[in-house]
Amino acid sequence: MRAVGFYPGCSLEATARDYMESVKGAAELLDLELVEVPDWNCCGASAAHSLDHRASLNLAARNLALAQKGPQPVVVPCALCFNRLKAGQHELAGGRELLLPEIKAMGADFAAPEIVELNTFLTSPRMIDLAEAGKKRDLTGLRPAVYYGCQGQRPPAVTGHPAHENPMGIDRLLRALGAEVVDWPFKTDCCGASHAIARPDLVHALVGRLYERALERGANCLVTGCQMCQANLDMYQEEIAAGLQREVYLPVFYFTELLGLALGHQQTNAWLGRHMVSPARLLEQSGLNL
Amino acid sequence: MEAMTPVKEGDVTSPPIRPSPDLLERTRAMGEASAAACYGCKKCSNGCPLTFAMDLHPYQVVRYVQLGLWQRLKNCRTIWICASCHTCLTRCPNQVDLPRLMDVLKQMVLAEGAPVSEERVLLFHRLFLDEVLKRGKVFEGGLMGRYLFKTDGPFSPAARKNAVLGWQMFKRGRIKLLPQGTRDRRWLKALRRAGQGGGS
Repeated sequence: MRAVGFYPGCSLEATARDYMESVKGAAELLDLELVEVPDWNCCGASAAHSLDHRASLNLAARNLALAQKGPQPVVVPCALCFNRLKAGQHELAGGRELLLPEIKAMGADFAAPEIVELNTFLTSPRMIDLAEAGKKRDLTGLRPAVYYGCQGQRPPAVTGHPAHENPMGIDRLLRALGAEVVDWPFKTDCCGASHAIARPDLVHALVGRLYERALERGANCLVTGCQMCQANLDMYQEEIAAGLQREVYLPVFYFTELLGLALGHQQTNAWLGRHMVSPARLLEQSGLNL
Repeated sequence: MEAMTPVKEGDVTSPPIRPSPDLLERTRAMGEASAAACYGCKKCSNGCPLTFAMDLHPYQVVRYVQLGLWQRLKNCRTIWICASCHTCLTRCPNQVDLPRLMDVLKQMVLAEGAPVSEERVLLFHRLFLDEVLKRGKVFEGGLMGRYLFKTDGPFSPAARKNAVLGWQMFKRGRIKLLPQGTRDRRWLKALRRAGQGGGS
């Protein structure tokens, strides 16, 4: 069993419990031990970088100092947490003037932790081989449009992503698992993220565009590796469809859930039961019901 | 010389602009110097997914910074509507860091105490940051409750809608009832102290 560091982020402890459980399930299936960063803190998200740059940088720095102590790489399932940690490393390479003495005293080499987005880590050629070797059934009948969102890719100078306009990792994994992945141009378009609360109209407009294009391409489900994207695509589907004046039935899976489905993790049904748009009908039609 | 025809309302040419380096200096002092590099290709605005909700296009924000037009910038919605998706910065031929510039402008508006055009966006950010600086982690349930209480009120249709959604989430085991935080919290006190005055 290989040990890797793990920074879950706040959402995975609550509203994205389905993601957390399926991440742990995927780790079991791929023989990984997730070692949580000890006493990690919130990344500060949009709020910190919008209102208080110094807080944003110090929040990242503390996490980086703690992340350095454990096994590497440190995998991050949330795209925004990943982005904030990488942005912190990027800025700290240029100077530490804004760090509080308390954080500076942690004496860390902030560049040391190897921060990797979970979906990048789990879709390396080696991991895909492992997944394929453990496959219990093909995901035939699923035609997913994979939605990567923003923060895992951009800006590439910070994320180091090799294919920021057309990421392919989850596409490759799902193809290996037998899904009929559709190609579409909105893989990395924005879902509106945290505007879901203060300006839901914006999220509805952006997500509506994603639905329409995915349906046009013949997709019958969406797959993400980010709990913000998943929430925005899954939680308001009925309302957004009403606004579009068309029927939309697009279950929104985490890629880790589909790993569980293909490799036969016993808990897969429980993870999927936590979604707002139930995938039961689609799975039944595809002969994949549990 | 051709006689000047009276201009119609709404067609008035603005008075001549007197460019001032003031805003470039101020944003540079706050750590964001890249606005000066913009030559106006508008790639940022062509790729931006949220222009439909903005009152200034992203390239206009950069241009107004270059020209020092603070009066036109400080009340705009654009800086609050930007979702920091980083499409603009990624495609900019001159690496103008627009998302960071938008953040710096937000902080300048707050430091000046000027009215904010997108009060709800600001409120959500504030409540979120308060949560983080109090416990070191965000408690989503508490955050939503406080936000609704301060906006539409506990008995509004919006609150009812969210209560229904909250119940659906609760049934699915996705609502945590008690907040968690970091074990060590000494550093948070220092962070709160440093942030008083708006941060930088």
